[in-house]
Amino acid sequence: MPELTYREAVCKALADELRSDPDVIFFGEDVGEAGGVFKVTPGLYEEFGPNRVRDTPISEQAILGSALGAAITGLRPVAELMFADFIPVAMDQIVNQIAKYRYMSGGRLRTPLTVRAAQGGGVGFGTQHSQCAESWLASFPGIKVVSPADPAEAYGLLRGAIRDDNPVFVLEHKLLYSMKGEVAADAGPITLGKARIVRPGKHVTVVALQLMLQRAVEAANLLATEGIDVEVIDLRCVSPLDRATVLTSLEKTGRIVVVEESPSGAGWGGDIASLAADEGVYFLDAPVKRVNMGMTLTPYSPPLEDAAVPTTARITDAIRSVMHGYRRS
Amino acid sequence: MTAAQLPLAARQKALRSMLEIRIAEDRIQEMFMANLVRGTAHLCIGQEACSTGMAAALRPGDTVTCTYRGHGHALALGMGLRDLMSEMLGKAAGCCKGKGGSMHMTDASIGLLGANAIVGAQIPIAVGAALTAQVKGLPYIALTLFGEGATNIGAFHESLNMAAVMKLPVLFCCENNVYGEYSVWSKTTPLQDIAERAHSYNMPGIIVDGQDAEAVHDAVAAAAARARAGEGPTLIEFKTYRYKGHSRNDTAPYRPAGELDRWLARDPIQILKARMIADGQLDEAEFEELQHAAQVAVADAVDFAMAAPFPSLDELTRDILVD
Repeated sequence: MPELTYREAVCKALADELRSDPDVIFFGEDVGEAGGVFKVTPGLYEEFGPNRVRDTPISEQAILGSALGAAITGLRPVAELMFADFIPVAMDQIVNQIAKYRYMSGGRLRTPLTVRAAQGGGVGFGTQHSQCAESWLASFPGIKVVSPADPAEAYGLLRGAIRDDNPVFVLEHKLLYSMKGEVAADAGPITLGKARIVRPGKHVTVVALQLMLQRAVEAANLLATEGIDVEVIDLRCVSPLDRATVLTSLEKTGRIVVVEESPSGAGWGGDIASLAADEGVYFLDAPVKRVNMGMTLTPYSPPLEDAAVPTTARITDAIRSVMHGYRRS
Repeated sequence: MTAAQLPLAARQKALRSMLEIRIAEDRIQEMFMANLVRGTAHLCIGQEACSTGMAAALRPGDTVTCTYRGHGHALALGMGLRDLMSEMLGKAAGCCKGKGGSMHMTDASIGLLGANAIVGAQIPIAVGAALTAQVKGLPYIALTLFGEGATNIGAFHESLNMAAVMKLPVLFCCENNVYGEYSVWSKTTPLQDIAERAHSYNMPGIIVDGQDAEAVHDAVAAAAARARAGEGPTLIEFKTYRYKGHSRNDTAPYRPAGELDRWLARDPIQILKARMIADGQLDEAEFEELQHAAQVAVADAVDFAMAAPFPSLDELTRDILVD
C-alpha cells in the first residue's frame, strides 16, 4: 500500500473530491498559489484553477459566511481557516448561521459545507496558535466535528466530510502533519459518526482522538508488558457521538479513561464521563478518569507546553490508577 | 437620480405590493398587541418602496438575504401571505414550518435565502450565493439588504472587500432608515452617506430615494446589469425611514418633533399613487379597490394561520441534521 504523510493524505482527499464532483470548491487564506501555510494543499490551484481553488482575504467571517451562502445555492464548498484558533473570530457564522440555517428554514435548505482547520499543541506556537477546538464546537447541534488521527483517517474522513450533506468541521493536528502511514490505493470516504476500536483489550477502555489517540496507543503498548490489556477507542467525531461503541466497550472492560487535548471545563470528555456515569453506571468497576489539560493554557516555553498537553506517561498513570485498587466483585 | 417610469403593469404590481406589505405589517402589530405573536417583531412600515422596488428589479434565479425587518422583503419577492402569517404564529404551515418566526422568513423557491436576526450576518451569506453564480457561470446575482447600523459591523467590511477583489455579482443594499435600534445614525457613524463606504472597496456607491419604488428599481436594475456583466458589486444606499419603533415595545421617543411628519409627507405609497393618478393610470376609486383587495387577502391569511395547526412535537428534533 502507498505510504503518505498526513498532510499528503489531506491534499489527496481534496484533490479526489475536486476531481469527482464539479460542485466542490476550495478556498481560504493562502491555500491556492502558496499551497497553504502548512504546505498541505500544493498543486490544487494549478490543477483545478482559480475558479475552484481560491485565495481569500484574511476575513474569517466572510470566508465562513460565503461558504454557507455557496452551500445553500448548490455548491459543496470546503473552506480553510488555517489555525483552529481563528475559529472564534467567525463564531457568529458558525453558531448562529452555519449550525442553525437548515433548522431555521424548516429543513428546506441544505448546508453541505466543510471547514478545515489545523489545531493542537506540541509545536511551540504559543497560546493563541495551539488550541484544540472540539469542545468549542461540540455545543452546537447542527454541525459535525471530526478529528482524524492518522493519514488513512485524514484521507477517508475528509472525503466523508465533503460528501456529507451537513456542515462538518475537520480539525487536523499540526503535530501529525508529517506522520506517515499507509493509505490504500482504493481507499474511499469514511462515513462520519462511527468510532473505531484501534486496539482491542479487556481490562480498561481508553477513549481518545487524534494526537491523544496516538499517545493512548503508546500507553497501551507499554502497559501490555505489565499485563494490563487496554482497549483503545478512536472516537473520531465528538459530534455526533458514537455512544454505542463506547458503552459496548465499557460493558466489556468495566473501566474507562478519557483523554482530551484541551482544558477540562465543559470538555467533550465530560460527555463521555456522563455517559459512563448514566447509561454505563452498572458496568463500572472503577471511577471514570479524565486526562486533560486541567484549567491551564498552552504556553510557549517548551517544558511548560510539554507539561500542559497530556503525555503518554500521564495517560499511562491514569490507566494504572483505575486498574489498581478496584476489582470487579 | 430621476426615476424612469415603470410600465403600467409593473407600477400596478408595485402599488399592490406596497399596500399588501403595509396592511400586513399593521395587522402583525395588532396581533402582537393581542399577544398572538410571541417574542418580537420588527415592522418595515414606511420602507415599503425599498422592498418592492428591489424585488421588481430581480430575475428568477437571483437570490436575496435580508434582515429581521424582513416581512416586506419576503412579501415583495412573492412569499404567500398565508406562508408568512402562519410563520408569524409558529404554525406548521409557515414558510419555515414555524421554526423560524418573525425574524427568519425564508423561501428558496422565491430566491429568499433567509432573513437574519444577527445584524450584518446575512451579508457574507449573499457573497457566497454570488460565488456560486460566478463559479458555475450562471447569470444570477445575489442581493443583500441591511440597515445603516450593520455597516459598522465587521462582516459588512469583510464582505465588501472580498466581493470586490473577486468581482462577485452581489449588490449590497443599505436601507438607511435613520435609526440603529434607538440611536440616530449620525451619533454612531461619522459619514454624510453610507454610500461613501463604497470608495474603500473600489466599487460604485449609489444614493437612492428609498421612498420612490421606481427609483429603487432603477438603481437595483442598473447595478444588477453591471454585476451580471462581470463588473462586480455595488453598494446602494436607500434613504428611507421607519414610521414605527425599532421593535414591538419601542414607541420611538427619541425622534425629534416633526421628523416623522416630514417623512409621512413623502410616503412611498402616496408617491407612486400620485404619480399614477397624474399619468391617468389610476383614480381614487381604483386605489380604494386595491386597498380593499389587500385587506381581504391579509384577513384571509390571518384567518388561515389562526386556524392552522402547530407543528407536531417531533419537529423539535427534525431538520437539525440531514440523515
